[in-house]
Amino acid sequence: MQNSSLSPQRRSYLDSLESEAIHVFREVVSQFRRPVMLYSIGKDSSVLLHLARKAFHPGSIPFPLLHIDTTWKFKEMIEFRDRICAELGLDLLVHTNLEGLAAQINPFDHGSQTYTDIMKTDALKQALTRGNHDAAFGGARRDEERSRAKERIFSFRDSNHRWDPKNQRPELWNLYNGKVSDGESIRVFPISNWTELDVWHYIHLENIEIVPLYLAAPRPIVEREQNLIMVDDARFPLRPKEQPRTRSVRFRTLGCYPLSGAIESIASTVPEVIQEMLLDRHSERQGRIIDHDQLASMEEKKREGYF
Amino acid sequence: MFESDPLIESDIDAYLDQRVRKDLVRFITCGSVDDGKSTLIGRLLHDSQLIADDHLETLKTDSQRRTGTDDIDLSLVTDGLKAEREQGITIDVAYQYFSTRHRNFIIADTPGHEQYTRNMATGASTADLAVILIDARKGVVQQTRRHSYLAALLGVKHIVIAVNKMDLVDYSEQRYLEIVAEYTEYSANLNIESLEYIPLSALHGDNVVESSEVMPWFVGPTLIDYLNAVEVAVPISTNEFRLPVQLVLRSGADFRGYAGSITSGQIHRGDRVTVLPSGVSSTVQRIVTFDGDLDMASAGDAIAVTLGDEIDMSRGDLLVKEGENVELDTSIAATIIWMADKPLDLGEQLILQSHNGTANVRVDTVRYLLDVNTGQKAKATALQLNEIAECSISADRKLLFESYESNRAGGSFILINRISNSTVAAGMIAGPLSPWDQAPKDSLEVQDSEIGALERQLRYRQRPCTVLLTGLTGAGKSSIATALERCLFDRGNSTVRLDGENVRLGISKDLGFTAVDRSENLRRVAEIAHLMNSQGLIAIAALLAPQAEARARARQLVGADQWVEVFLDTPLSVCRSRDTTGLYEAADRGDIEEFPGVSATYEAPEDADLRLDTSDMTVDRCVEVIVTLLKEKGFIHE
Repeated sequence: MQNSSLSPQRRSYLDSLESEAIHVFREVVSQFRRPVMLYSIGKDSSVLLHLARKAFHPGSIPFPLLHIDTTWKFKEMIEFRDRICAELGLDLLVHTNLEGLAAQINPFDHGSQTYTDIMKTDALKQALTRGNHDAAFGGARRDEERSRAKERIFSFRDSNHRWDPKNQRPELWNLYNGKVSDGESIRVFPISNWTELDVWHYIHLENIEIVPLYLAAPRPIVEREQNLIMVDDARFPLRPKEQPRTRSVRFRTLGCYPLSGAIESIASTVPEVIQEMLLDRHSERQGRIIDHDQLASMEEKKREGYF
Repeated sequence: MFESDPLIESDIDAYLDQRVRKDLVRFITCGSVDDGKSTLIGRLLHDSQLIADDHLETLKTDSQRRTGTDDIDLSLVTDGLKAEREQGITIDVAYQYFSTRHRNFIIADTPGHEQYTRNMATGASTADLAVILIDARKGVVQQTRRHSYLAALLGVKHIVIAVNKMDLVDYSEQRYLEIVAEYTEYSANLNIESLEYIPLSALHGDNVVESSEVMPWFVGPTLIDYLNAVEVAVPISTNEFRLPVQLVLRSGADFRGYAGSITSGQIHRGDRVTVLPSGVSSTVQRIVTFDGDLDMASAGDAIAVTLGDEIDMSRGDLLVKEGENVELDTSIAATIIWMADKPLDLGEQLILQSHNGTANVRVDTVRYLLDVNTGQKAKATALQLNEIAECSISADRKLLFESYESNRAGGSFILINRISNSTVAAGMIAGPLSPWDQAPKDSLEVQDSEIGALERQLRYRQRPCTVLLTGLTGAGKSSIATALERCLFDRGNSTVRLDGENVRLGISKDLGFTAVDRSENLRRVAEIAHLMNSQGLIAIAALLAPQAEARARARQLVGADQWVEVFLDTPLSVCRSRDTTGLYEAADRGDIEEFPGVSATYEAPEDADLRLDTSDMTVDRCVEVIVTLLKEKGFIHE
């Protein structure tokens, strides 16, 4: 950010975080042969993309973006993805687990756990293996969930993409060990040290474009088990007597629409979202249905290769 | 993350404007397993109202499951991984985030386990500050010393001692003062910039966020007040500008930017800079960022610069202010923390990674093991998990570096195993390896003589030794050495005389008179004396040799049982009056730098075999005394 040069003695918090992330991006491009950036189209991915542009300016981003398309993403997300990639001239790779698709795996009939395993985790592993990627950027943050608090910025994965929380490389100063053997890889988290508030604040300050679903608008909603689910297309199997109602909602996190819980809101600008978020007292992943399955569920998904 | 500023509700834009100006403080928390560290962090977050409601719910469920009561176990806030949570311990570095109205904080929570030195070092490597917990009932224990030592070793400038569990000592001021006195005495030898003590109870919240009502005798800040106020910013000096090049950015046909993060100092557009190691200079043409060019950038900024001249520069090169220099050497002396289960294999090939890129290296020698509990050094040859040692390392190329003490980024490195690719050690550079410590090349072997030491003794009728005559310029070293040589020769002994001045005419003609060069001159003389002794000859070395450390190394090299140290302890005034060549006057004028007795110290030997004051002894008398000693020691016959 431009104001960084005004206060050399005391650097502002977001400047420090931004510089740290840029440093990580540059380090990966120097150390790896085939890096790729996981692009989920969410707000963290948007921040990641913005930071990547900064890291290599005035050059272009020297690696492709990878989107794991489960085919159940919000329509607006896919539109947003295609438009942003076209506008910025980005190299976008899209991967879908075709076996899963052929078996018609979906979140309604197979449950969130099985669906996520096959259409997200397996798909991701397939794409990383096929692309022979030795490094993959992700937008995970240590504040998201308790098992993430111990995650490294350079997180080693074996040739099965598995994470071993007991056997992580020590990470000192800002010297990142990117050495891997064939088939092994590193997941890289440039915004590890950011909080949800930092991400939103940065989006606001830098005027970063995000999918409009993050802002409140009238949307067709059904309520199930206290989750507000948006009926994004005709594939949504409505139960008897179930009718979508138009409600003013927004999403805290975006993924597959049947698994993304909305919250009632009238916050239609980024500062208003921040305000609501700070006045509300629930954490970010509450709207993500997969997490309710079990205690520390994220840790298990991470061990298996989920981001 | 949750914050409780009233501005959030009344004026979110004003709140965000204010938040932009907050700075960042990184700190580590360290304590023994039962010191209540996790509870303290939980208390900080809880009392600052930073725990989300659903997290609080999960905590209540977890707490009930574990303790069977409705009280929230605040220690669970920071326990991350499931397996560890079930064992009730934290075993790795976990990062927590919280903020106050003034600042944002990153906490690296590091465990108190004996075997986890590596985690503590990891957390400390990026920390501005360390919070060290002491259990008020136990006082300063081994782990307190360990954590303090590691924090100081890693260069953490500020330490706050949180005397916890005050509730269990009846909030006793006397007990608190005992602990303060105990720690103050212990820490006097550590390199800590600022030290603060706070008595608190994490369990009940006293002096964590809120001032304690039950400890009215304590007038200092609460922990949170201290964290909000402590000044961690480093003053920036322009000469310290360092930009290690991470990568070269190209765009179009013309743009060639050197990208990296400035590790110290400051740079302005138009400044003259030098590229190291090539030494080529140029001018900073642009400081490029995505948000536009800058006129100036400083430590912490991730930027790219373009230079006025076409220069060959790549990853690992260092950009500094013109005229500045850093060390460039293949051998380094460093303190390393071993972090792998498998012990260090001396001589095994490792990869060293630093801001200077990577190099193939090997650890040649482990000299001292540092005891983190006592701060003592012990001789060692091996290095195991969680041990810390002073080592010599040699690389297959010249490394650019600085001492860790003078520049954290320039002096830090990690060591990587070439087969497993894992990070096996973290290192802090002390400086270039002294020639005393350099290991000879692997391929070299001793070519043995056919003549045995005993045969030589019988032939020369003497046992070989090295006599060092040390003292100030004008003390009479050369005169006594010459007379001693004559006397021994006349007695039928076989000698070799090594005069400091003579060796400088030949074998040491490349050396000057700095402390480093004097040390090297002594090393060369000692090596020659050692060779001569092995051939059966008695060596007489006449050398100023002002440094105790260098004399000790020479004694070690030659062998203590063959070493005779004679200190010519003559008053400086007498030495000056004898000086006919004007050396002292030249030193007074500053024409000669680092001149012992004038502008450098002569460290008088404390363990000399003989001390002779030549102001009231003749040369012959001195020789007589030395010869008597050599007879007594059995080097020469009666």
